[in-house]
Amino acid sequence: MERNNGLGLETELRLGLPGGGVGEVEKNEKKRVFSCFFDGGGEAEAKKNQVVGWPPVRAYRQKNSFNLMKMYVKVSMDGAPFLRKIDLSNHKGYSDLVLALEQLFGCFCIGDALKDADNCEYVPIYEDKDGDWMLLGDVPWEMFTETCKRLRIMKKSDAMGIGLHAKDLLKGLSNKEY
Amino acid sequence: MCLFQCIMNYFPEEVLEHVFDFLTSLRDRNAVSLVCKSWYNVERCSRKKVFIGNCYAVNPELVIARFPRFQSLTLKGKPHFADFNLVPHDWGGYVQPWIEALAKNGISLEELRLKRMVVSDESLELLSKSFPNFKSLTLVSCEGFSTDGLAAIASNCRYLRELDLQENEVDDHKGHWLSCFPDSCTSLVSLNFACLKGEVNAAALERLIARCRNLKSLRLNHAVPLETLQKILVQAPQLNDLGIGSFVSDPYTESYFKLKAVLQKCKSVKSLSGFLDVNPRCLPSIYPICTNLTSLNLSYAPGIQSNDLIKLIIRCKKLERLWILDTIGDKGLEVVAATCKELQELRVFPSDLHGVGNAAVTEEGLVAISAGCPKLNSILYFCQQMTNAALITVAKNCPNFIRFRLCTLNPVIPDAVTNQPLDDGFGAIVQSCKGLKRLSVSGLLTDQVFLYIGMYAEQLEMLSIGFAGDSDKGMLYVLNGCKKLKKLEIRDSPFGNMALLSDVGKYETMRSLWMSSCEVTYGACKTLAEKMPRLNVEIINENEEMEGRPKDKHRVEKMYLYRTLVGARKDAPPFVWTL
Repeated sequence: MERNNGLGLETELRLGLPGGGVGEVEKNEKKRVFSCFFDGGGEAEAKKNQVVGWPPVRAYRQKNSFNLMKMYVKVSMDGAPFLRKIDLSNHKGYSDLVLALEQLFGCFCIGDALKDADNCEYVPIYEDKDGDWMLLGDVPWEMFTETCKRLRIMKKSDAMGIGLHAKDLLKGLSNKEY
Repeated sequence: MCLFQCIMNYFPEEVLEHVFDFLTSLRDRNAVSLVCKSWYNVERCSRKKVFIGNCYAVNPELVIARFPRFQSLTLKGKPHFADFNLVPHDWGGYVQPWIEALAKNGISLEELRLKRMVVSDESLELLSKSFPNFKSLTLVSCEGFSTDGLAAIASNCRYLRELDLQENEVDDHKGHWLSCFPDSCTSLVSLNFACLKGEVNAAALERLIARCRNLKSLRLNHAVPLETLQKILVQAPQLNDLGIGSFVSDPYTESYFKLKAVLQKCKSVKSLSGFLDVNPRCLPSIYPICTNLTSLNLSYAPGIQSNDLIKLIIRCKKLERLWILDTIGDKGLEVVAATCKELQELRVFPSDLHGVGNAAVTEEGLVAISAGCPKLNSILYFCQQMTNAALITVAKNCPNFIRFRLCTLNPVIPDAVTNQPLDDGFGAIVQSCKGLKRLSVSGLLTDQVFLYIGMYAEQLEMLSIGFAGDSDKGMLYVLNGCKKLKKLEIRDSPFGNMALLSDVGKYETMRSLWMSSCEVTYGACKTLAEKMPRLNVEIINENEEMEGRPKDKHRVEKMYLYRTLVGARKDAPPFVWTL
């Protein structure tokens, strides 16, 4: 049942959002299911998702109250070997989304990029319904989720190359709270 | 016999009966039944409402024999943990034999309330045809029926006042059940079909509402369009309780303006729910209703984000009951605490079971509520994390809890600050809340919490435990200490035979005990069943490969035992063994 690497699931190369359940609970194993929660964050997260009937929410409510309108979009990061997918409906706003992006790619300065900092070599952009590439953060969050088709974490150097001064553009974002 | 009883027995029975009419509480009626034979007889012949907490504790014939003139029956079927998929399909809880028996014995049934029971279309049809005075049907978390059964109720129950469907799994044949209410039906007071998936005939619905001038409560499903809602509200401004299924519109259309206008006139709506589909930009049209609301249920509206929730709630100063999703966040709960000074009951449900754990609500929200809402007495709180300090503060702020249910999303999470078990926090709750009747605990918990519960929770009737405790001592503290315990349900905890068998007589004072994924063995269950013939000890076996019965030393995965007057039930499926 347990992965024997002892390192937790974060280090495994997987496609999918972190924390998604991949463990399996074997019916016949004697060890208490719940004791695995002591074994460290990553595995606990997976097990949590596998325990039948927890959290104790009525089956009817489970089927009917969760936001079934999942908004999965592809996210690419320049230099990363493969793309990820992220569910926009799972996030409440830009700062929340940026945190998730940072975790996905292990690049922890995307948030700074939105706040007018120079230290990040990346800038987050998205493709909208019209096929145009837009800078993240200009429009209200709800409008963004409706119009975003895919995300890209682009190297600033690329942006400079086509005459965009990302630093100047990003300055405007720091005044907005989303 | 004391002087008082001599005097009371001097009066003819009609006088006694008249006096007993004033006793509405079941407990009071049960108490007077015990005084003497004469009172027992008068009471039983005059009891109108019968409540049966476990349908397998008795049979219909016994009930009819004791209470020949009852008109209202409440029945509960499956164990509570069936709600969380722990009880297999086809376990039982059929209402059919009850309806058959009542019909056969000429009971003049007017009201039927069922919870967690299996209800077939055949049962509904039989119900609709057997009781000419039938007035009220309430089904909560039931299954097994379709809209055809509802059509029968609508067609045949001429004096129907109440049809209340709450959270049922209904097979929707998209027929015209609602159109089956005849034109002569004008008696509806309450109609709730929010849990149905299919469409109803809009014109038929409008006509029905228009002719039922006494309609007070209406909860629609998501298939009722906004235009219909608007027309209905014009016809029924007297509504007290409104459930809006679908609230999706473009705020710049004429139909939206009309809706806004009519909502402004709905001054008597005190209870609001639904919003299964919602465009948040339409919510301002609801604001006029907010000022009078005492009950608000937005727990099925994941489409409303925290900001919009706050804008609504800030207008609801009279709220007594609030059911909401954890999207409200701790900040939102602070607004609730500052605004809703009359709040008595709060339920915060999780909005996301599978996601990457967005911080939903934490101990901060709970503390804020406890500080701001002095009348709080009932809470169900799903949270990301908790601390002992927070629970101790909550206990100090709110000594009036009757129901306290805390559910941490990670079932064994320790105190978020100290990493200690949450024993002391829950200990403070039971010590402070002397009237506590229902408790659910979660988080990292040792035997210590059960020591506290056994010591202090004197009024506790129902206790739910999961992933808690270290040893049999934990369960023993509870069994020995909680004298009024009626229902105990335990999952995934290390309680075993010693605890189970220490006081077998205790279980006859309780309604039921559920233990799953614990340490009790088959042999111990057999021993218990042998010693206590008036208990049904049921084992649920889900191991399809097993041949024959397990050995005595094998752990039992799921055990459900309950007191009963009628022995092993005859409708148990093959995977349920009654020992």
